[in-house]
Amino acid sequence: MLVYIIRRSLQSLLVLVAMSLLVFAGVYAIGNPVDILINPQAEQLERERAIAELGLDRPLPEQYATFIRGALSGDLGRSFVHSTPALSLIVERMPATLELATAAMLIAVLLGIPLGLWAGVKPDSAGGRAIMAGSILGFSLPTFWVGLMLIMVFSVMLGWLPSNGRGPTSELLGVPVSFLSLEGWRHLALPATNLALFKLALLIRLTRAGTREALLQDYVKFARAKGLSNARVILVHVLSNILIPIVTVIGLEFGSVIAFAIVTESVFAWPGMGKLLIDSINTLDRPVIVAYLLVIVAIFIVINLAVDILYSVLDPRVRLAEAKG
Amino acid sequence: MSAPAGPRGMAGDRAGESPAARIAADFLANPVAVFGLVLLGCIVLLAVIAPLVSPQDPYDLAQLDIVDARLPPGSVSGSGGTFWLGTDDQGRDMLSAILYGLRISLAVGAISTFLALLIGLTLGLLAAYLGGRVETLAMRVVDIQLSFPAILIALILIAVLGQGTGKVIAALVTIQWAYYARTVRGAALVERRKEYVEAARCLALPPLRIVFRHLLPNCLPPLIVVATVQVAAAIALEATLSFLGLGLPITEPSLGLLIANGYQYLLSGKYWISFFPGIALLLTIVSINLVADQLRDVLNPRLQR
Amino acid sequence: MSVVGAAGPAVCAGVAPAPVLEVSGLRTHFFTKAGVVKAVDDVSFTLARGEVLGLVGESGSGKSITGYSIIGLVDPPGRVVGGSIRLHGRELTGLPAEEMRQIRGNRVAMIFQDPMMTLNPVLRIDRQMTEAVLAHEAVGKRAALARAREALVAVGIASPDERLRAYPHQFSGGMRQRVAIAIALMNRPDVIIADEPTTALDVTIQGQILFEMQKLARETGTALVWITHDLSVIAGLADRVCVMYAGRVVESGSCGELLSRPAHPYTRGLLDSVPSRNPRRARLKQIPGMTPPLIDLPAGCAFRERCSRAIGRCAEAPGITRYPGPVPARVVRCHAPLVPIDGAA
Repeated sequence: MLVYIIRRSLQSLLVLVAMSLLVFAGVYAIGNPVDILINPQAEQLERERAIAELGLDRPLPEQYATFIRGALSGDLGRSFVHSTPALSLIVERMPATLELATAAMLIAVLLGIPLGLWAGVKPDSAGGRAIMAGSILGFSLPTFWVGLMLIMVFSVMLGWLPSNGRGPTSELLGVPVSFLSLEGWRHLALPATNLALFKLALLIRLTRAGTREALLQDYVKFARAKGLSNARVILVHVLSNILIPIVTVIGLEFGSVIAFAIVTESVFAWPGMGKLLIDSINTLDRPVIVAYLLVIVAIFIVINLAVDILYSVLDPRVRLAEAKG
Repeated sequence: MSAPAGPRGMAGDRAGESPAARIAADFLANPVAVFGLVLLGCIVLLAVIAPLVSPQDPYDLAQLDIVDARLPPGSVSGSGGTFWLGTDDQGRDMLSAILYGLRISLAVGAISTFLALLIGLTLGLLAAYLGGRVETLAMRVVDIQLSFPAILIALILIAVLGQGTGKVIAALVTIQWAYYARTVRGAALVERRKEYVEAARCLALPPLRIVFRHLLPNCLPPLIVVATVQVAAAIALEATLSFLGLGLPITEPSLGLLIANGYQYLLSGKYWISFFPGIALLLTIVSINLVADQLRDVLNPRLQR
Repeated sequence: MSVVGAAGPAVCAGVAPAPVLEVSGLRTHFFTKAGVVKAVDDVSFTLARGEVLGLVGESGSGKSITGYSIIGLVDPPGRVVGGSIRLHGRELTGLPAEEMRQIRGNRVAMIFQDPMMTLNPVLRIDRQMTEAVLAHEAVGKRAALARAREALVAVGIASPDERLRAYPHQFSGGMRQRVAIAIALMNRPDVIIADEPTTALDVTIQGQILFEMQKLARETGTALVWITHDLSVIAGLADRVCVMYAGRVVESGSCGELLSRPAHPYTRGLLDSVPSRNPRRARLKQIPGMTPPLIDLPAGCAFRERCSRAIGRCAEAPGITRYPGPVPARVVRCHAPLVPIDGAA
């Protein structure tokens, strides 16, 4: 078990290094690092000073080393617009994005798995077909448009929910969160639902496919032969088998939800990392862009690693085999 | 032994039909898929003949009158024509703008998918043919790229390359090629193991021939399915990028840009500027997905009865 | 698990006791797009307490479907369309789902062929065993666990506590099948239907399992329907045998009589093709031809095309003919049986 964890961690480290090389290459070798890291509006003298300071006149490998050293100590440059360290800007916005992503994922899971189970157990019923049709809509509808429609219906026409911003937040362990207050929930509701939609459709389809396949297995027939109630057969036997691959998908998709949040945050003006990225792209605040990229790549790699380890823990066949070997 | 409790030897035999005819028949058996196909056909047709059917050329500034701006659907213009779907903030007829926008969205989606298909197909076949470490490395790259969400890659590319139609297409191609490479390589893997490839190699047939005559036709069914789904995904992604202001320039207003234009007017109740382009986008993507779903079922050899 | 006294059906003055299981005229059809498949077409037999009935046939003969029909696990597009299945006199066909569920695993249990797949790979053994008890009786978890432990011991599994906490993939095939048998026995059913339970196992393990099952049937008085295609298994185990072909019973009778003096040509063919019965160096005997597809059965006797004794009359489907003798009588479905009906030697 330990061997497996170590092996996977080393692999992840490798990918992280590779990605840092790519980002570095993109910024320093392909793009014009001078434009990226130095405010284009700076004066000539300042530019030359900054170039020397940042070591942009040094050979590339040395620049890469500096880059890595900076990254490891948390220095990823300074934002042009805000004049604060880029990394701290991102870290400041992270809780908002993570909260949104978590809420969206929760909605997708709590609705998606039961609906998918239903569609899998009764595929030819009216309900089953409706669920599948709904799921096609779910991943066909472009997220941003659904967001707009949600605003149109719930904010403009019905006036029930606010259309943008995060509203007042409360503190939890020093981190600002929204879910502890009703007002926070009202602001969270629309963006979280919007973000959840695509994943919800995905989970429904995944669960349905897994359920249909599981129902054909011998252990289901044996369970029925024991005289177990239909509910128990499905909720214990089928669910326990399909949950393992589904949990891994959920884990992997969480990273993608954080990325998709970029769009949702823009539509709903939710003050998270994603909105920061878009603003930065528009204002050409490149250090922030670079910082964002590195952070999100790191998040991704950590999530992938965690999911891999989780899978090996959950599946008794893998867990016990690894324990032996 | 995991089949349901049923007797063996029940398969009906449908020999005697050509594969194409059988595929077509299977496809048309599902009314929902037929509906999708018809809808898609109409949309493509409208896009192609847009200049002929739209009431107004929305980008000819001479035809616009600012007085007509932001009129609700059904209003009548100063010159007598009806704005069936309302007008936007420049006085453009929404219906015309949508038809032209459809053209651009579909064109960008199709071109990027086609290019990505070519590149992915070539690289995938090459990797499969060369085998060994080259193949493993190539597939690792593909896997890593596919593990990152498309939107992220797109944004990175746009941030690095800058904006513009060519760059958007380049970004879309860069995102998509990996799907095709992986699909092709997967199919090629299966084919490679088959005995006739061994035999052909023994006969010292030129490798290109093996690749084209044998590997390629067997890769086609899954490729077609992936390509269809990807066209929809490319269209959606381009729309998202344009909405964020990072996609096509305003000289090539795709549906995404139209929606973005109308964003600011949502809160004041002028929904039609965003709503109708959105519906057009929605119908396009849904119809493509319906067709793709059925194609997937029909071309899947494991579901053949 | 209490050991019951004398095994085997008690016979007094030529009248057999009321059978535990009575199947008459069972018909199970599958309504597919390609047509109706008559998987089980007029099958009848009775089963007495503690009796072992061998249900023999090739694949496609309908023997497994008969088993599923009895326990009520026929999947759509199939269903029981006719006949009756009586358990202790109670009619099972047409029972509402909930009542059938209470009988399943409780009064009638089933063991399947492939032990690799019948146990749920991600659940522990103890859970899979106790749920079989808890689904039918409101005993506490501890009592159910105790029963499970007892059952494992009864089927010959050492260190049951350790085994209970394990997962299926940690067991060998033979052991998994023993667990399946233990589960079947836990609720002390009246009938166990075993669908080729030893086919997927090693020959040596097969022998062990057969021995265990026989012993358990004798000790507990549980009746056993043993479905198989392997005559050699039946020979040592069954009291009575039913031979099936193309969905119909073609012959049934006591095991010894049937195997030594088969009445139906198909049974004769089956016996002749067993390798150990063939003299050395002679060509192995085979029944010519193939089982007809069930979807398109020819009219008349289904075995006609392959039978060396076929006569003109066989174009008309034969019915069941009873031989004179004690009940349950020997029967055959043939116009030209190998053993004449009047019972001559």
